[in-house]
Amino acid sequence: MKNHVWRPLFVVLGLVAGILLFRLVYVPADFGTQEQGYTFGFHRLGNEQEWKDYPAKYKNNSYCTECHDDKVKSWEASAHAIIPCENCHGAAFGHPDKPEKLTIDRSRDLCIRCHAKLLMPSSGRNKIAGIDSEQHNAKTECVECHNPHNPSLEDM
Amino acid sequence: MKRRDFLKNTAVFVSGVSISLSALEFIDPKELLAANPKLRWGFLVNTYKCVGCGFCVKACKIENDIPLEAHVTRTWVERYVMTKSGETIRDCPNGALAGYTSKLLDENASGMRLVPDEEITQAFFVPKLCNQCSTPACVQVCPVGATYQTGDGVVLVDRKWCIGCGYCIMGCPYGVRFFHPIERVADKCTFCYHRISKGGNTACAQACPFGARQIGNLRDPNDPVAKAVMNERVGVLRSEYGTKPNVYYIGLNEEVR
Repeated sequence: MKNHVWRPLFVVLGLVAGILLFRLVYVPADFGTQEQGYTFGFHRLGNEQEWKDYPAKYKNNSYCTECHDDKVKSWEASAHAIIPCENCHGAAFGHPDKPEKLTIDRSRDLCIRCHAKLLMPSSGRNKIAGIDSEQHNAKTECVECHNPHNPSLEDM
Repeated sequence: MKRRDFLKNTAVFVSGVSISLSALEFIDPKELLAANPKLRWGFLVNTYKCVGCGFCVKACKIENDIPLEAHVTRTWVERYVMTKSGETIRDCPNGALAGYTSKLLDENASGMRLVPDEEITQAFFVPKLCNQCSTPACVQVCPVGATYQTGDGVVLVDRKWCIGCGYCIMGCPYGVRFFHPIERVADKCTFCYHRISKGGNTACAQACPFGARQIGNLRDPNDPVAKAVMNERVGVLRSEYGTKPNVYYIGLNEEVR
């Protein structure tokens, strides 16, 4: 057969070889069908480890207690002991190295997340002491009267 | 070789090959393990305990680097208010990032609405997050293999592999996927995979003062979540889609979608 008939075939073969070569270089070796089968588990296996290595920002109460056990005592006995430290004090990140100091949220907006009075008959919200935020000393911060670590009104 | 011998040998060879192939398939240990693994993450939400403070939403956003000001979130809390006239009102201002602090219900374009206390019959909060479905629709539609299910049942997105086509965002019946404004890829709840795989708690469950959110191993009969799923009256969201969700709810109403 003539050369002009074969030429397109070589071009196609070249293209196929090129694509296969590109795929060999570009697609990582651990990409393929993993544990959950082809439908749900077709992925790059190394990504699972990448997600496991994602840096955590929040520690937990026991991490805070390691240094601040004096502060923890008063709070532990109060009704607010169910609230984790970091909810108000901010996520620990690399504290005490970086950041050296955490920014405490003392705002009224934080307190009324739970203590704004709403009628929610089928939820735990109704069991929490609530205020009408516009009526109850509207211009002052809650922490000026209430101690967040010991919110009991008897001890005020 | 005689014609008779040829046919005989062929029949023996073909049947021998097909048997050994199917036998290999049956005893593949990987497949056996995948069908019944020792670890299967599940989540339990108690809607009676949720007070709508939104600490979970804030903790999730900070933990997973989702910009606080962006109107996307991996988890959110909805408020349901039902009235004596049979109406169900649902609102969720900014995913409840700042909690529910007002009686005014956010009706989006029609503005804010106040339902008088004496009109309210039921009112409660429903936290939502990725259901980490057993047969996730979002994974099936991914054209590049960027989203997948791990062996312990968590659906993750490979950020290096995602092309941002958005099929998965459309495919999820629960609307838990969104486009990450900084990473420029599809994003979703990972059950805090970096925390739970090191023995920790998810950021949202840890931030919840009331224990409304719990994560656990559904394969461990002594796990509190597995026990509750087994013994209590729990429900899942939108079971009609056949995605087999693994987030279970205590106190679910038929009005909750």
